[in-house]
Amino acid sequence: MLIIDTEACIGCGLCEDNCPFDAIHVEDGKAVVNDSCTLCGTCVDHCEVEALSIARDEKEGIDLAAWSGIWVYAEYRNGKVAQVTNELLGVGTDLAAQRGVELAAVLLCGEAGDIPQQLIAAGAHKVYVVEDPALTNFTDDSYGNAMEDLANKYKPEVILAGATAIGRSFIPRVATSLKTGLTADCTDLAIGEDGHLHQTRPAFGGNIMATIMCPKHRPQMSTVRPMVMKANIPDANRQGEVISEAIAPERLKSRARVVRSVLSEGEQLNLSEADVVVSGGRGLDNPEGFKLVEELASLLDGAVGATRAAVDSGWIGYPHQVGQTGKTVASKLYVACGISGAIQHVIGMKSSETIVAINRDPKAAIFDVADYGVVGDLFEILPRVIEKLKERRS
Amino acid sequence: MRIVVCIKQVPDAKDVRLDPVTNTLSREGVKSVINPYDRHAMEEGVRLKELYGGTVTVVSMGPPQAQAILREAISCGVDDAILVSDRAFAGADTLATTYTLSQAIKKTGEVDLVLCGKQATDGDTAQVGPGLAVRLGMPYVTCVKKITGVKGQVLSVERMMDDGYDEVEVDLPALLTVVKEINVPRFPSIRGLRKAKAFDIPSYTAADIDADPDQLGLGGSPTWVVKVFPPEAKGDRTMLEGSLDEIVEKLAEILSDSAHGA
Repeated sequence: MLIIDTEACIGCGLCEDNCPFDAIHVEDGKAVVNDSCTLCGTCVDHCEVEALSIARDEKEGIDLAAWSGIWVYAEYRNGKVAQVTNELLGVGTDLAAQRGVELAAVLLCGEAGDIPQQLIAAGAHKVYVVEDPALTNFTDDSYGNAMEDLANKYKPEVILAGATAIGRSFIPRVATSLKTGLTADCTDLAIGEDGHLHQTRPAFGGNIMATIMCPKHRPQMSTVRPMVMKANIPDANRQGEVISEAIAPERLKSRARVVRSVLSEGEQLNLSEADVVVSGGRGLDNPEGFKLVEELASLLDGAVGATRAAVDSGWIGYPHQVGQTGKTVASKLYVACGISGAIQHVIGMKSSETIVAINRDPKAAIFDVADYGVVGDLFEILPRVIEKLKERRS
Repeated sequence: MRIVVCIKQVPDAKDVRLDPVTNTLSREGVKSVINPYDRHAMEEGVRLKELYGGTVTVVSMGPPQAQAILREAISCGVDDAILVSDRAFAGADTLATTYTLSQAIKKTGEVDLVLCGKQATDGDTAQVGPGLAVRLGMPYVTCVKKITGVKGQVLSVERMMDDGYDEVEVDLPALLTVVKEINVPRFPSIRGLRKAKAFDIPSYTAADIDADPDQLGLGGSPTWVVKVFPPEAKGDRTMLEGSLDEIVEKLAEILSDSAHGA
């Protein structure tokens, strides 16, 4: 809990001004904390008279030393290793080096083929492979139980997984079964001086960043969005160990069964791989406004993106959503039209090479991540730019 | 079929803003609403009830103010509502939340189906649905975009995947998390509004749900928030200035050069 030394407190209000959670207020000249407090420590750092401190219940933790090694869940579906797996092996390499431990990949599949060698080439020192027909299709029961059993057997200190449809579905199950913490959609991972994994993610609707730790439980678990971390350059000469594991058959029985997988084709958007993305947000006001974005995108041979606000307003479909809960893009050119720049969106596009933002509000946060900014009315600017680009084309 | 729907009160996403001066979240004028995904879970519960019979109970863990969303749920066709509220629950991460919710749901009796939104728009973790299913000993399917049928104790659903969708059969009792594509939520009815007004919402405390205090709230949460900070700015940007014509000229040049890798 947050301890307030009412003798020392001078009621200056610095804590109230700086609390990101609206959890501390000055009442009758003294600071008072409410239930929204997350013990993040921001007020403690800002207090100039050292009136605030944090006391945590010193509960008996588990034996942390018994858990060692960094694990990456190697996502494999329809004959392909997900790109995010390589990215996790990239960041995993750094984490393992900092901890002086091994980096292992865990592959759950019907048939492994040469996938373990690919994972070693991407940075894994070890690959634990479970090959079983029951794992051909993804189900939460079978994948969750397999991962849980392996984690209990080998006791890794860290488990990383992609924040993909599969990772976001079964990894929370593993964390709950292991009674440990899980941090979703991390954008930064580092080993602190304390030896713990420091997991940073956007919080509070993506308006602010939070660093989260899991200091008394193991494994420390995180999911990471695709295209956030950097993969190693694959090296076919890298040596590693492949360990075959068998999971008890009753643990691979699933109470949910995949009857059929339907792959979307044709209209499938490759937003994530587009060189140019033109995105629209609330500033476009209506579906008609969104047409300007679509026209500009087509002139630039680009894909159309959108903020959650635009998708929620029904102006465009969810597959176009860019951001923490949509797609992550790393395009050569990203044009943000009428987008305020909430972190939830910025997380999904800030790795783009050149970012151009157009917004009528000069204080819009989108300008903080932009390379070029234009303050003005979209409905004046976009039609003229479209004309100009047409002239240039012809 | 007895259906429980979990709903959460969240700040209306479009109102939350970072104060550029203090770098804290400005809450002035921020409305609290039902988490948008949970509306679809509620609607699906009511829709299933209308098709197959049964009852729909909404459960929300939150402060006393969360009563407002439970009342709104009643007005939208839900039969019953329970608030799970105790200061001991404050600061819960997803592990402590799933424990608390599971204890509350068990308290309500046998359940055939639990429905949740795929995630809440404030935390965006998508972890409570799956975790709750584990606590309740149920199978689950996430990101369900369509419930195609019920045959005996088996539910047929379609779940969204990154490369398309899967048709999945799941044994009941089960938990589903749903996406927006699943339905269009209805508006409150006049009758519903009347019922909601008069409805007495029971509130469960930690003692009511026989909770182990060590697994609740901040103390029961393995994850700790250790630092909160504003997102970094990129810094050296160029603002295009001048007359409208000048800006348009310059902008067209930048777009065309960057797009074609000049």
